[in-house]
Amino acid sequence: MATHAAHAEHAHAPQAFIWKYVFSKDHKVIGIQYYVTAMLMALVAGLLAMLIRVQLAWPEKDYTWLGKIFPMGYDVGGGFGVMRPEFYAMLFTMHGTIMVFFVLSTAPVSGFGNLLIPLQVGARDMAFPFLNGLSYWTFLPGCLVILASFFVESGAAAGGWTSYPPLSALKGAVPGSGTGQTMWIIGMVFFIASFTMGGLNFVTTILNLRTKGLSMFRLPLTMWAMFLVAILGLLAFPALVAACIMLVFDRHYGTSFFIPAQIALNNVPLLTQAGTPLHQGGSPLLWQHLFWFLGHPEVYILMLPALGFTSDILSTFSRRPIFGYKSMVLAMCGIGFLSFIVWGHHMFVSGMSPYLGMAFAVGTILIAVPSAVKVFNWLATLYRSRIRFTTPMLWAMGVISLFISGGLSGVWLAQAGPDIHLHDTMFVAAHFHLIMAGAALFGVFGATAYWFPKMFGRLMSEPLGKVHFWFTFITYYGTFFPMHYIGIAGHMRRIYDPYQYEFLKPLQPINELITMSALILGASQIIFFVNFFWSAFKGKKAGENPWEANGLEWTTQSPPPHGNWPGEIPEVHRWPYEYSNPDAPRDHVMQHEPAGAAAGH
Amino acid sequence: MGKLQGLLFALATVVLVVVSTAYFMKPWMPPLLSDRGDIDHAIWVALVLTGVVFILTNLLLAWFSWRYQDAEGARAIYWHDNPKLEWTWTLVTAAILFVILFNALGLWASINGPAPADAALVEVTGQQFAWNVRYPGKDGILGRTDFKLASQENLIGLDPADAAGKDDVLLLNQLYLPKDRAIRVRVRSMDVIHSFFLPQFRVKQDAMPGMVTEVWFTAKELTPPDKPLEIACAEHCGLGHYRMRGQVHVVAASELDAAVAAAAGQ
Repeated sequence: MATHAAHAEHAHAPQAFIWKYVFSKDHKVIGIQYYVTAMLMALVAGLLAMLIRVQLAWPEKDYTWLGKIFPMGYDVGGGFGVMRPEFYAMLFTMHGTIMVFFVLSTAPVSGFGNLLIPLQVGARDMAFPFLNGLSYWTFLPGCLVILASFFVESGAAAGGWTSYPPLSALKGAVPGSGTGQTMWIIGMVFFIASFTMGGLNFVTTILNLRTKGLSMFRLPLTMWAMFLVAILGLLAFPALVAACIMLVFDRHYGTSFFIPAQIALNNVPLLTQAGTPLHQGGSPLLWQHLFWFLGHPEVYILMLPALGFTSDILSTFSRRPIFGYKSMVLAMCGIGFLSFIVWGHHMFVSGMSPYLGMAFAVGTILIAVPSAVKVFNWLATLYRSRIRFTTPMLWAMGVISLFISGGLSGVWLAQAGPDIHLHDTMFVAAHFHLIMAGAALFGVFGATAYWFPKMFGRLMSEPLGKVHFWFTFITYYGTFFPMHYIGIAGHMRRIYDPYQYEFLKPLQPINELITMSALILGASQIIFFVNFFWSAFKGKKAGENPWEANGLEWTTQSPPPHGNWPGEIPEVHRWPYEYSNPDAPRDHVMQHEPAGAAAGH
Repeated sequence: MGKLQGLLFALATVVLVVVSTAYFMKPWMPPLLSDRGDIDHAIWVALVLTGVVFILTNLLLAWFSWRYQDAEGARAIYWHDNPKLEWTWTLVTAAILFVILFNALGLWASINGPAPADAALVEVTGQQFAWNVRYPGKDGILGRTDFKLASQENLIGLDPADAAGKDDVLLLNQLYLPKDRAIRVRVRSMDVIHSFFLPQFRVKQDAMPGMVTEVWFTAKELTPPDKPLEIACAEHCGLGHYRMRGQVHVVAASELDAAVAAAAGQ
């Protein structure tokens, strides 16, 4: 009977190219669409980062040749080319915006979330397949609007990825605060709408469509991460939509949510013709509260999936059950909850009441407890294990390494006092590139290599994967670790030419070193793209379960067919971490194997 | 292949620990010239504590990746829970963080506490892309300002009708601080958000349009007359953000008024 139903579903799989691969409702296709789009956006954002780094290392050099490629960004005259400061502001603004939202929220969450949720919970598809397709086709216009904004008059947004008003609210405050900023807002609204649709799907699918026997405490940690991330997104993003709409009103319709009365731009007071203030009663601090109310949970939206991937990959390749499964789940819940009460640590020196600063310091330091628990659990998982150093395993080890390095500097910054000196310096850039961006990026690379069979039915090249890992791992540290030192020395962020300052001049050699490392880091990513596309078409065929792993996704074909399992959906008898049980005949027992196969969970 | 990867990872981790620790030992902080040494102390304590954790966890990671390589026929141990161990490391971590938190709150309270009664007063108003510095003059009172009066000639909109403002002294991008006397800095902005940053004094305060924020500190060292220090802008404020730079001079407390007057006369 069930087989019959499955066959019927099979027959319903769309055949026309446009319905199968373009306007698809299949979660796997949608996941790959999200993933590929995000990786292409990463190319753009990465290129922006290269230009930022070149400028920081050698602002005095002749850039005539770059001016030929980017005529809008460089002043070339008298045989000498220099970057325009407003172009630099646009570079760091769009680098941050694209990376945070359109790459590192998208690839792990929307990409792997869509690919993996039905496969790991044992469902034929997401709960709302149409909504799922719609979410991708809402996301893509957001990307296109953001990309198009580079080509409007005066360029893309240049107020920082945080878009603090009044800089982002007053059109004369910075070039890019005109049409570019409007398009930034439109792009964000598209993105958030899409993320909300995805989030609804995630929560519903994980709660309602789990297969028989799969209780919440038998879910892989990746699923817990996706579940929490979706809740975080649903609760936090509305604050940013509200803020964006208020910003539109301030910019175009004369309201004053974020703009106070007392403003004189270029020595001209903002007054109506009658001589009354153009704006009254607004507060730039309100934007910061709304932005970071999203912005801090957003950090964990980027990171939690990577932490989930890492736990799953680590367990598979160390051939050990993940240590402290329940405490891992609790730690992620704790991190998710605390992420809502720490946003003010971005605002210690903003002029916000110092009493509030105290409260936010408390929450921020507390969040180090569940974070530390995760690291200890990972280390305990590796203890007396049997590690197989495949490419996914290397990336997982990389995530642990970056999570330690980047997490510890959080303890410095969480104490409001040291933050007075370190706030808005390169120390902060080092901190979040290691922990948030780095852990998320390494997590995505690890997940790509690990679940590639479920995307394309093939394995990625191991030699290319390893070369890519080593170049990336070494140059990632080479790029971001030294930023701690120059940050402690006072090097501010977002400075077009640091060497205007006497006290920063001695730091130029370190900036040069960072830039050289960054350029190699950027170039190394070519290896990944070559490996990705070559392996997708020519890679070694993967069987159902090439890694000898336990999850439900490994019980079906690679790639899984429409409907995910050709026959019945498997039933679950235990957790997904049953490795090296001494009572079992093999060193791993899969989730769907009947209880007779092994003692244990 | 597998063996090599584990060895490489262990090696890379050890190199990371050695090199990064060696560089953290160098004196990166700009020389301290104010009474805010407690911030340096807190940073130093954080460095030592997190440094120990960094070294220990990384060495474990290196050791495990080298030691526990896959071997034919051998199985890993089957061990996935230990409530006593888990509670121990959770509570120990929490206890250490609690101590850090306790000290951090004390430090934050002392920095934000009231200024001494005899503190000098100065107002710093950021605007794209300069720092307007204003001293209250003999009466010790800063005159009224109104943004509606701002113009090319009157950058901060000083109200000529207010008698208290008659003796105010205005400087552009020049800040004079008295040695060993506390100074209250009223931080304001005319247009967008700036951030008033004095690296050697461990002072940073955003200049928020529509708000007046006050910070206070005490300069402890004189600066040589020909080698002033710098005011930096630490918040992105537009295309000229990178050159929004001023000069800081620390003079003997008794010479502050004369130094300010001389600078204004120039």
